Amino acid sequence: MPDQPGARNPAAPAPASSDATSDATSDAAPPRPRRPWPAPLRRLVEANVAVVTFLSVFSALLLGGVLIIVTTPAVLHALANIVSSPGRALGVAGSTVGDAYSAMFTGAIFSPSSLGHAISTGHGWTATLTPISESLVSATPLILAGIGVAIGFSTGVFNIGAQGQLIAGALAALYAGFAVRLPIGIHLPIVVLAGAAGGAIAGWIPGYLKARTGAHEVITTIMLNYVMLNLLNYFLTTRPFQQPGQSNAISKTMPSTARLPHLFGSGLRVNAGLVIALVLVAAAWWFTRRSTLGFSFRVIGLNPRAGKTAGIDARRVTVLVLTISGALAGLAGMASLAGTDYFLSSGYGGNIGFNAITVALLGRNRPVGVLLAALLFGALEVGGRNMQAVTNIPIDLTSVIQALIVLFVATPVLVREIYRLRGTGDGSIQLSTSGWGG
Amino acid sequence: MSVLEAALPGPSPPPEQHAPPPDSRLVSSGRIRGMGTFLVALAAVMTFAFGLGVPSSDRATFILTAPPAVNVAPLTMSVRWVSIVLAVLCAAAGLWLVFRREQRASYLVFGAGFTLFLWSFLTWVARGAQLNFVQMLATTLISTTPLVFGSLSGIMCERSGVINIAIEGQFLAGAFLGAMIGSVTGDLWLGVLAGAVAGGLFGWLLAFLTLRYGIDQIIAGVVIVAFCTGLTTFLTEQVLTPDQATLNSPQTFAAIGIPLLDKIPIVGPVLFDQNVFVYLAAVLLVVVHVGLFRTRWGLRVRAVGEHPHAAETVGVHVISVRYRNVILGGAIAGIGGASFTIGSVGQFSPQMTAGLGYVALAAMIFGRWRPFGALGAALLFGFCVSLQSFLAVLNVGIPSPFLAMAPYVITIAVVSGLVGRVRPPAADGAPYRRE
Repeated sequence: MPDQPGARNPAAPAPASSDATSDATSDAAPPRPRRPWPAPLRRLVEANVAVVTFLSVFSALLLGGVLIIVTTPAVLHALANIVSSPGRALGVAGSTVGDAYSAMFTGAIFSPSSLGHAISTGHGWTATLTPISESLVSATPLILAGIGVAIGFSTGVFNIGAQGQLIAGALAALYAGFAVRLPIGIHLPIVVLAGAAGGAIAGWIPGYLKARTGAHEVITTIMLNYVMLNLLNYFLTTRPFQQPGQSNAISKTMPSTARLPHLFGSGLRVNAGLVIALVLVAAAWWFTRRSTLGFSFRVIGLNPRAGKTAGIDARRVTVLVLTISGALAGLAGMASLAGTDYFLSSGYGGNIGFNAITVALLGRNRPVGVLLAALLFGALEVGGRNMQAVTNIPIDLTSVIQALIVLFVATPVLVREIYRLRGTGDGSIQLSTSGWGG
Repeated sequence: MSVLEAALPGPSPPPEQHAPPPDSRLVSSGRIRGMGTFLVALAAVMTFAFGLGVPSSDRATFILTAPPAVNVAPLTMSVRWVSIVLAVLCAAAGLWLVFRREQRASYLVFGAGFTLFLWSFLTWVARGAQLNFVQMLATTLISTTPLVFGSLSGIMCERSGVINIAIEGQFLAGAFLGAMIGSVTGDLWLGVLAGAVAGGLFGWLLAFLTLRYGIDQIIAGVVIVAFCTGLTTFLTEQVLTPDQATLNSPQTFAAIGIPLLDKIPIVGPVLFDQNVFVYLAAVLLVVVHVGLFRTRWGLRVRAVGEHPHAAETVGVHVISVRYRNVILGGAIAGIGGASFTIGSVGQFSPQMTAGLGYVALAAMIFGRWRPFGALGAALLFGFCVSLQSFLAVLNVGIPSPFLAMAPYVITIAVVSGLVGRVRPPAADGAPYRRE
């Protein structure tokens, strides 16, 4: 993983407001007098953001491999005879894990043989580029929803409700899609805005409840997820959303004027949703770093009391943050609907809403970090599908790996201890814990 | 960024800066007036929709008997007149709240008024049909049981100052391992034990991450839920499904009637003819309550949750108290998870807990971090779940998705409307640092 532009300079001393962990470990391991290494080399063994993230991904894949080994009967059978034929046992174990991960790679990035064929013959480029296009498609909603969750996290608001907001956005976008007939130049922007508006409303509700009554957003957003799932089920079986002539819970399809256009021809599914996502990454960066409102968000996140003293209305910020966060999740729902799926079905969105949380954590709540994390998770998702198809190992392995990655990233000190990195920068996730009372 | 960070002190203010909080049981008079107004509104609904809105000839029959109990004649009521009488009582309760605004009994009166509404609603639902009231209450208790385990888990952790959002994950882990061990060994008690171990393991992980490395407790919880969900789903597909008959077909605990007590009409089948998990939950409820509020151990735990530095000063080891409580809390949630499989359906399926871990957390908050308060809230949610299944059978014309979302909507309403600004243990969620 490349170094992130927003990353803290690892050579700088830890800021005064840094968390407890960096203090605790610097006591435990006093720096040994050593000849200083040249800077580029030193960076590789320091616990900076890039190294910790890389090692987190590496450790998660390693543990995923262990999980494959201990749950595959053929491997266990071979390992039972490890004393008599150690070579074979290790070979079976290695090839099972290797096959799984190489299927994941070829499914998510490209297959070398296909690339070679395409280069030598000049044909089959579409097939060669399909995996990477699918990864981008899968990453698109994660980028959007992930930024939304990240803006919440960095303001001290835990929006666990991206799932419900995504469904609300998709429902609104679908309605805007089939309810009116307009030329694409007008229709598509309306669909996009409807998606954002639907999500914004679903995000505003917990924000309003928190500001007004103090109901904690962790509870209300999670509950709204289940409410929205059921509301979706209701709409899918009633007019005007249900596909006419269908008894199943299937919605109408988006007309062609309401679909996000493909970027590289009809063969590849990567579409304008990705462009929207990238624009919003830039916008989010500008918003959090340069705008006055974004600044007040960050102040509330870092220290609510200082914010209140400075005259920032914390309640208004809470409502705004959840509304914006919801709008981004709604756009994620719109992007999947208008970009690739074109209709809604029961349980729409799958795990996108929850993965958005882990993506935000992995990206350390910075827009560019979220972008990179979403690309990684999108690739894992698509690669997981291929792994299941080729090796029969369930795709749910990817959720385990994703959770492990975030677990390691959230605990940089643990990574530093395991790999005996030198502790300078900590690369930990900056968050404000407000507990229930806040 | 650095300018901002230098200018501001750390993100979490130390707990000792908090002003001493007011007694958590005090209810603002505005809230009481709101509750009273709500009851009066319900009375209006009862009068016009359930009372005058139905023909006077409509009758509803409640069956008041279930197998082990002595037989009781069914209760047949005129929907209109029962609703109107109940509406008058409910309105009286509401007006009493609005004008008297008594602090102490307000929740009790509100609960009574709401119960009258539910009664009226049930007669309206069962008009022209029969409703087995006893079975409905028994189902309520069964749906309540996992929530009680979950909220007790939350109380154990949060009273010592650690937020446990991971209950949902501990539920799944307990449900999975409970089903698998119960199925492989054929011994259901080993299944319960396995559930406790699985839950305790993830309790330990939560404690390890938050206490040792000081990572944000809510993040640790969310990550653990994600991990447990992924892991149990993966293992179900990879390990259980290929050999469903051996690995995922445990027996389930049968209902055990308590001699004589189960013969009591209505109460008997509901309270004294249930499976082991219901009894276990009742025992744990009392144990946790007495333990927390009547023993030295409980005093220490609460001290650690309210003011860890003071506790440390008098010689309580804050970190080990928290470790112990979070692991125990995880184990309790794991047992609750096992009740999903070997206590009811006898099979693990991915994501079968359907967010009930979070509902349990809401019950804990609604119950103000007290075991019996949480029981009250859990019963409300349990009743919703039970009602939903009975209404689906009675076919009352409410679309099933709306019935299914009812428990979640009520959770939101309860958390935002009735609870208001709650006062958690003062050090809840704050990482502990020795000075």
